[in-house]
Amino acid sequence: MLYLLYLLIFGFLLTAVIGLFASWIDRKLTARIQYRVGPPLLQPLYDILKLLGKETLIPIGATNLPFLAAPLIGLVSVMIVSTMLWVSNLHPQQTFLGDVIVVIYLLLIPSLCIVIGAFASGNPLASLGASREIKLILSYELPFILAVLVAIIQADFSIRLGDILATQAQNGIIAVSWSGGLALLVAVMCTQAKLALVPFDAPEAETEISHGVLIEYSGTLLAMFQLMRSMLLFALPFFLIIVYLGGISGNGIQLVYGALAYVGLVALITVIRNTNPRLKIGQVLRFFWGPMTFLALIAVLLALGNN
Amino acid sequence: MPRTILPIGPYHPLQEEPEFFILTLEGETVVDIDLRIGYNHRGIEKLAERQAYDQITFVVERICGICSTSHPFAYTQAVEDLLSIEAPPRAQYIRTIVAEGERMHSHLLWLGLAGHFLGYNTIWMWCWKLREEILDVMEILSGNRNNYAMFKVGGVWRDIREEDIPVVMKKIDSIIPTLEKLHKAVMDDPVIHARTKGIGVLSKEAAIDYCTVGPTARASGVARDIRKDCPYGVYDQLEWNMIVTHNGDVFDKVAIRIGEMFESIKIIRTCLSQLPGGDIECLVKNIPPGEGIGHIEAPRGECFHYVRSDGTNRPVRHKIRAPTFMNLPTFKETVVGGAIPDAAIVLAAIDPCYCCTERISVRDTKGQTVYSGEDLIKLSQKKTEQIKADMGR
Repeated sequence: MLYLLYLLIFGFLLTAVIGLFASWIDRKLTARIQYRVGPPLLQPLYDILKLLGKETLIPIGATNLPFLAAPLIGLVSVMIVSTMLWVSNLHPQQTFLGDVIVVIYLLLIPSLCIVIGAFASGNPLASLGASREIKLILSYELPFILAVLVAIIQADFSIRLGDILATQAQNGIIAVSWSGGLALLVAVMCTQAKLALVPFDAPEAETEISHGVLIEYSGTLLAMFQLMRSMLLFALPFFLIIVYLGGISGNGIQLVYGALAYVGLVALITVIRNTNPRLKIGQVLRFFWGPMTFLALIAVLLALGNN
Repeated sequence: MPRTILPIGPYHPLQEEPEFFILTLEGETVVDIDLRIGYNHRGIEKLAERQAYDQITFVVERICGICSTSHPFAYTQAVEDLLSIEAPPRAQYIRTIVAEGERMHSHLLWLGLAGHFLGYNTIWMWCWKLREEILDVMEILSGNRNNYAMFKVGGVWRDIREEDIPVVMKKIDSIIPTLEKLHKAVMDDPVIHARTKGIGVLSKEAAIDYCTVGPTARASGVARDIRKDCPYGVYDQLEWNMIVTHNGDVFDKVAIRIGEMFESIKIIRTCLSQLPGGDIECLVKNIPPGEGIGHIEAPRGECFHYVRSDGTNRPVRHKIRAPTFMNLPTFKETVVGGAIPDAAIVLAAIDPCYCCTERISVRDTKGQTVYSGEDLIKLSQKKTEQIKADMGR
């Protein structure tokens, strides 16, 4: 019962609210960078509510079950992962061994759902986008796991989020060390790719393949994907904060620090997406497997040396 | 490898006008391209034949919202060629100022769109904000933001007021620092280099073979600019440089257009400071039979108008050739062999303007058969024969 409460209150409601707020920050900041006014505070919510009232079209050539199930599974996986992150942040001692690995897996599922949904829609542009999304996943997963490995090494090879947080509470946050800083840099770039934002938005490049993977989605299903994206915009930076920046605790100045760290990460992601053109998928692959993996490996070696 | 067809159009977020590209793909590589236009055809040439000479300037102005100076300019040149007259110097200066203002706003519009096609929406918004300044200048000078209605056979409709000149000068000066910042942002960005250098290369030989015009030709090292080669307006009395680069890729086309904007500012400033006094039009009483041609350097390349008169107050033939018509076929050279993400920007790199280019296309109700130009001529001849037979000749 308690866990269900966590799932609904923290995993869904709080995550969705903060995620929508973060997507408002993203849109407002983007608008200000581009000399525009930008949307009002509740615009992301209005967008989703409007989509919920729209007709849901299923293309004739689509495979129904995966097409319909993909947004739901994606949304649920984000809910579960954010619940786990909240629980480990609020009660570091109650987490189970190996939750880091589960979190990494669950963070992959939204991207996979997008791929499955796109292929199921039967649209050539969507399958083009899906094949790009697969290449994108292949490119960022290796440096992302290596970057997380740095934190695991610093926490005495413990694959528990609780232990990582406990280590940081004792020895100071991981991002301050050389290896931690490098790993955070790599992880931020991977977050950018996981959120499919410019410069890594090749799977849904609007001007090339007209929103590629999401082209056939409409109404409630599209709303679920949008909500999933917004919630990911909370879950991914929150994961980075827990792993590298010592988590967010509830009392006074610590809460302000946590909130600032989160808003800072969202702003960083926004600035990156507004100061770069879109990369081609081949260039993305080279970028992640070349410089990013190299940096992540150096970070791992540095962490091993310090240990 | 299996081939797939990727349709771009007739309505697609990549293009702001309706046109239809059919890309044949192998994986992500484009192996063939086909092009269908004609979704925008309005029969401007036929319309022009039913208007008086003074009205046609307004008709051709509405061929395209971006080239709203190029077409009237070329048309008035054509009629003045027919009449063997020249507009007074003050009118020539005003025409040059308006034409260069149009070039600047057209290039800024394209630069913004190019940013958008690359997924770089910040550049898009910045360019279009800067373009507003140019449109303000044009509004001060002509009273309009896009269709300026300045051109008239034998001169211009509207004079530039003396008190406006310092205001315009100040506005033009305020544009320069922003333009320089934009220039730096585009030219020094390594990611833009990665996306545009060596993409959609048009060699010099191909540029000549395809008879390309304007920035598309100049980016490939073909130093051809009507303003230099066959001067009109007051371009031969001013100091300015023709920008030519040699790689022929998308990056060079960007570089050329940014360079031309700085030249345009130079031209506008010189023209405003040297603006001579005197009349702004010469009186044209009637149009004698004859024919005339006018060609000018539009932002996209050579814009050509041909007018034939039979002595009445309407032309019997008005022929228009817009620059995009010459630049379109280069897609065979530049897009084929590239990848889809490159195709998007390469298709945009010639700064295509389809409503200028429109020709008719004929097909049956299933959308299958498309008559070629030759077929249409044969059909026309057949009908003439039929009419002749019916009349019993």
